[in-house]
Amino acid sequence: MSNLTKIFENHKAFIPFVVADDPDFDTTVANIVALANNGADIVEVGIPFSDPVADGPVIQAGDLRAFAAGVSTKTVFQIVEQARKQTDVPIVFLTYLNIVFKYGYKAFCQKCQSLNISGLVIPDLPYESKAEIMPAANQYGIDIIPLITPTSGHRIEKIAKAATGFIYVVSSMGITGERDAFFDGLKDLVAEIKKYTDVPTAIGFGVHTPEQAQEMATIADGVIVGSAIVDIVAKEKQQAPAKIAAFTKSMRTAVDRSEVKA
Amino acid sequence: MKTLNEPSNQTKRTGRYGKDFGGQYIPETLMTELEKVEKTFNEIKTDETYQAELHDLLVNYANRPSLLYYAKNMTEDLGGAKIYLKREDLNHTGAHKINNVIGQALMAKRMGKKRLIAETGAGQHGVATATIAALLGMQCEIFMGKEDTDRQKLNVYRMELLGAKVHPVTTGSMVLKDAVNATLQEWASRSEDTFYVMGSAVGPYPFPAMVKYFQSVISKESKEQLAAKENTLPDMVVACVGGGSNAIGSFANYIDDPSVKLVGVEAAGKGVDTDRTAATIERGTTGIFHGMKSLFLQNDDGQINPVYSISAGLDYPGVGPEHAALAEMHRAQYVGITDDEAVEAFEYIARQEGIVAAIESCHAVAYVQKIAPTMSKDQIIVCTLSGRGDKDVASIAKYKGVDIDE
Repeated sequence: MSNLTKIFENHKAFIPFVVADDPDFDTTVANIVALANNGADIVEVGIPFSDPVADGPVIQAGDLRAFAAGVSTKTVFQIVEQARKQTDVPIVFLTYLNIVFKYGYKAFCQKCQSLNISGLVIPDLPYESKAEIMPAANQYGIDIIPLITPTSGHRIEKIAKAATGFIYVVSSMGITGERDAFFDGLKDLVAEIKKYTDVPTAIGFGVHTPEQAQEMATIADGVIVGSAIVDIVAKEKQQAPAKIAAFTKSMRTAVDRSEVKA
Repeated sequence: MKTLNEPSNQTKRTGRYGKDFGGQYIPETLMTELEKVEKTFNEIKTDETYQAELHDLLVNYANRPSLLYYAKNMTEDLGGAKIYLKREDLNHTGAHKINNVIGQALMAKRMGKKRLIAETGAGQHGVATATIAALLGMQCEIFMGKEDTDRQKLNVYRMELLGAKVHPVTTGSMVLKDAVNATLQEWASRSEDTFYVMGSAVGPYPFPAMVKYFQSVISKESKEQLAAKENTLPDMVVACVGGGSNAIGSFANYIDDPSVKLVGVEAAGKGVDTDRTAATIERGTTGIFHGMKSLFLQNDDGQINPVYSISAGLDYPGVGPEHAALAEMHRAQYVGITDDEAVEAFEYIARQEGIVAAIESCHAVAYVQKIAPTMSKDQIIVCTLSGRGDKDVASIAKYKGVDIDE
């Protein structure tokens, strides 16, 4: 088990996301550092996948830019290695299972430990199938961050009880991408999760404005922002780090404001 | 109780095939829905009302049983094994796809769904889904790679004629795998009133099992029909394999008959040794994609490779998990047939037997052309013609350099 849970103690977490190697190696390193230095509690680094079924067009486009840059699993590790020279911010990978499977569960988790990676968010690994990765994850202290969605229903109990690190609460149906409306039962969903576990919750999928971040951080223990940042990278390319720094500051302020209100 | 021939070191896990193929690898958003599908699947197997309705539609709507036709001319021309063709091309909508679609649509109806969504490659599964949606008064939306909507325009129009909305998919390589991605995304966005009619024996459990269950009518019939005609089992069963629905249906009732050789024919495209291929079992490695652990054409990092075949129905980078297991256990053999060989078979069977068969099915026919002459005259091959070839006439003409006005 990692140190992720501690981050949420008496503190609302802001968890931004970038795609590794989008649009290139150095910019990604700079983006991670900009996020870390401007208020990110955990940085989620996405490993590009050829067929990201849980992701919307913005993150898909980020993956394509990374492939154009020639990204490989090895490059992703090298990016983190470079970033680690400048920051010790907790990092989790967002990856589809096949990437981890092909690398080898054990070898992948061992590599994560060596890079001080705290956890893995694997959108196509449901509760039923996680047994195959758990021995490796446990051996190297890597949290497998579970997802709970508005459709989880009776599944919430078993997922929550087995959770470590934090729980990724999916804000609405469908795929990642900016949206203006969320599942209207999010409060109840988080309350239901809290019945079974003390593991913190963070809401993601679609959150892109400071107002939304504040609202979500009032409901849960943290907020995850992906597409909005990938969108900045899409527009600003190599100039993204400065814009990302400013965006992160505004989100940090909004998330902190939720604590005052709560 | 354990029987003697049951290996003690291997526990049978639900939804797993062979050592570890199959399983459920799909976003949490869809898991509750998948549980409902599984529950319904388990119920309908013994539900008399459901079974009666399924049987009625298969017989009175889909035109089952399909013929088991003795291909006398081919048999004489090739000079070896006796060749029987299982004529799924004569089904309503012109392919085996209708067998599975009727079964799944009736499940959807039972679950109270109002809307069917499906992926399609060549368009046959989309047409079948649109057809049954029209019959049952359900909404229908079909996802089809842009590459495929371009090469199968006739089927796109057929689907629209039947009241379906066709979405050309422009992500990735814009073929079947991308259509599956798009349909999964649509299902994740809206599952309350929507049923995903999976067209091939792929995806998370229970889809591979469901598709096999509904397609196994092919081998159930062929076994009975051949027994009536020849009073024996076939020596070999041949079927083309993309995701593998017609092949698993063609094999299903023979898997426990060790004397029957099972051969799945994959699309080798420009050749198994080239990058322009879709021969998953010959060239693929184990991976996890589209909800299942199976064999995939992928790179060392686990990125899924673009695949290629002249046949829109076979160019899929993966294969159903049971096929991966049958290959692993050496119970079935999988071979590749190139574009050129398939096109030659398309012309061959048309001239020999007066049958215009789907380019997918012609991959199986091409293998029969190769293997039949090496077998003796008292041996029997059953080859499944999974669909009819009207949809392919224009593109084959183009392939041959003939300019025809569609």
